[in-house]
Amino acid sequence: MSTATNEGRNGMLGGAPGGGARDGGTTPDSALLPSVEPVQLVDPDGHHHTDERYPLPDGDRLLDAYGRLIAGRRINDQANALVRQGRMAVYPSSHGQEACQVAAAVVLGAEDWLFPTYRDTVAVITRGVDPLQVLTLLRGDWHGGYDPHEHRVATQATPLATQLLHAVGVAHAAKLRGESTVVLAMCGDGATSEGDFHEALNFAAVFHVPVVFFVQNNEFAISVPLRSQSVAPSLAHKAIGYGMPGERVDGNDLAALLAVLGSAVDRARDGGGPTLVEAHTYRMQAHTNADDATRYRSADDVERWVPKDPITRLRTYLRALDLLTVELERALADEADAIAAAIRKGLNTEVTVNPAELFEYVYTEKTTQLREQAEQLREELARDAAGTGTPTSDTKADRP
Amino acid sequence: MTQTTEAPTGGVADRTGAVPGKRVTSTFARALNAALADSMAADASVLMFGEDVGPLGGVFRITDGLTARFGEERCFDTPLAEAGIMGMAIGMAMNGMKPVVEMQFDAFAYPAFEQVVSHVAKMPNRTKGRVRLPLVIRIPYAGGIGGVEHHCDSSEAYYAHTPGLTVLAPATVRDAYFMLREAIASPDPVVFLEPKKLYWSKEEVDLAELRRTFEAGQAPRRIGKAVVARPGTDATLISYGPSVPTALAAAAAAAEEGRSIEVIDLRSIVPFDDETVCASVRRTGRAVVVAEAPGFVSVASEIVARVQERCFHSLAAPVLRVTGFDIPYPSPKLEHFYLPSVDRILDAVDDLQWED
Repeated sequence: MSTATNEGRNGMLGGAPGGGARDGGTTPDSALLPSVEPVQLVDPDGHHHTDERYPLPDGDRLLDAYGRLIAGRRINDQANALVRQGRMAVYPSSHGQEACQVAAAVVLGAEDWLFPTYRDTVAVITRGVDPLQVLTLLRGDWHGGYDPHEHRVATQATPLATQLLHAVGVAHAAKLRGESTVVLAMCGDGATSEGDFHEALNFAAVFHVPVVFFVQNNEFAISVPLRSQSVAPSLAHKAIGYGMPGERVDGNDLAALLAVLGSAVDRARDGGGPTLVEAHTYRMQAHTNADDATRYRSADDVERWVPKDPITRLRTYLRALDLLTVELERALADEADAIAAAIRKGLNTEVTVNPAELFEYVYTEKTTQLREQAEQLREELARDAAGTGTPTSDTKADRP
Repeated sequence: MTQTTEAPTGGVADRTGAVPGKRVTSTFARALNAALADSMAADASVLMFGEDVGPLGGVFRITDGLTARFGEERCFDTPLAEAGIMGMAIGMAMNGMKPVVEMQFDAFAYPAFEQVVSHVAKMPNRTKGRVRLPLVIRIPYAGGIGGVEHHCDSSEAYYAHTPGLTVLAPATVRDAYFMLREAIASPDPVVFLEPKKLYWSKEEVDLAELRRTFEAGQAPRRIGKAVVARPGTDATLISYGPSVPTALAAAAAAAEEGRSIEVIDLRSIVPFDDETVCASVRRTGRAVVVAEAPGFVSVASEIVARVQERCFHSLAAPVLRVTGFDIPYPSPKLEHFYLPSVDRILDAVDDLQWED
């Protein structure tokens, strides 16, 4: 391990985003620092800005990602509507953050793993998981609805930053077996205050494992603004403290996200170790439908982010290049509507829950106690169904 | 850490015993070391990591020789961060490995508590069994070693209260070997509590023979199975882990006074073996639970509740408890006032309404 770590350190320094080709460890430590301004390739007006470190993804890639962006926005809007209609318990929306959601999913290959949070439903769906399985958690019929191994997507983490360590473990196991798996682990700005964030980045750096830590800085942890979480120059600056490169990217610029995250994934796959990427974005809606954002921020604050919307700028850019035609836009909107319709139909269908399942998965094999409790519940339900009362017992013998 | 960091064994991990069939002495610590080595030799996905478990071999030398024998990719030191150790183990278990982690001392496992409670215990249920977490959390545990604060906690109730965890506490050298091997082979996460004061206890066992027995599938299952450690007819002492030798000593002393006391060694706190415990109590009609942890809302409380629910009509007296007091674990010079003692157990036995 120590040998690997030492070798890794050279690769880590030389492989820093922006540092260009590896140079055998002669790059100064400052190469680990993020750029002064977040990387931006397409500005809010839809104009491309050249960045010598990050080539613009080609038109087909951008067009494909744009379609997913449209679908992501539609999924967020549909899910919010379903909460209002009482079909889901709650929905933490990524409205406004869809560029981050799409990029996190599409930069990964089939052999890679994604570790999402509760706000990353769109990323999970973009990765290929059935939307109805994803929304099982929020519909409330089980704590998770999909098989994490099927698409290599971990369960959506509700405790903050805990999943970052699991990501490190998955990557570590893959590395020990000599596999080329890369793990992308997501969290928000609030989660960077958690101890597990620190431990995960430190473990990843020390064991030099292929993890891309992707922080969506949407400026709020429920109600608490970023300035109350950290006074670091940026969250990406924290990376240098672990000896890994940090990078900042415009979180509403899908082109820049694809370039920066893609570069970090490539570096990880090539044995360059972990990277911390901070995306600057904004949570356009309340934390969840149960939250009242007017108590801690003004409508003007939110309005300022409307012109920076991730969809608007990419649409402008792709239209200007004649890559996005009216017909194609219509087709993408129809596809998004079809996804929303399937979600609507699925969530409007009553789900039958099976109380016997409560005891099934706690252990591989039910304990004696769980067998007894499952039987107790089964008998209660049978009596309810039969309309008979609770049996009384006057025996003075011990239960078996 | 404390004066308890002396090596109980000096050998290397693959020297698991002696000539087959020959009875040799082994310590509890040596048996754990052999169980780790044999598990790693038998299954390449078994990994061992934690703090100081690499070249040093752990502060109690339980991992002695493992790095030398299996390489630093399979037995290695981590940064000093227990949540990190636990969280990384979860990810490794998700991805095909069988990690065994060492929490250096009972009270130093607390930073990992969120990972244990929110993920280790819940992930298999959350995913309807699609993600199993075959991992073992080894915790040098409990007192009686003259340790300073944070080195002697009996933390079993925290884990036993958390559905999804298997919680084991061996009390004999033979069980230490078999139970650790069974824990590592289990598809479910196991909290493996190693009574520190028993690390240097000895038995006549041939570790090579234990290995052959286990690998031939001839070792009876111990997870969920209590055992009668000493048969008796007049009352039952129910105990586990560090308190078992004390309970046995009390039973021996009681025998001199003409009372035949049965001692149950639970071995497995979760799953709990109601059958063995209740069969004994129904036979003897009297019971005392002996455990080192503070008694309030404890594993001992749970055992009393279960026994009275199931054996009420067989009981000649209320089920009593001899536990630690409801205070933080005392300093070395005060711990003997706190720990369950033979005298305190005998006093409790005397209180079991024999006059009726």
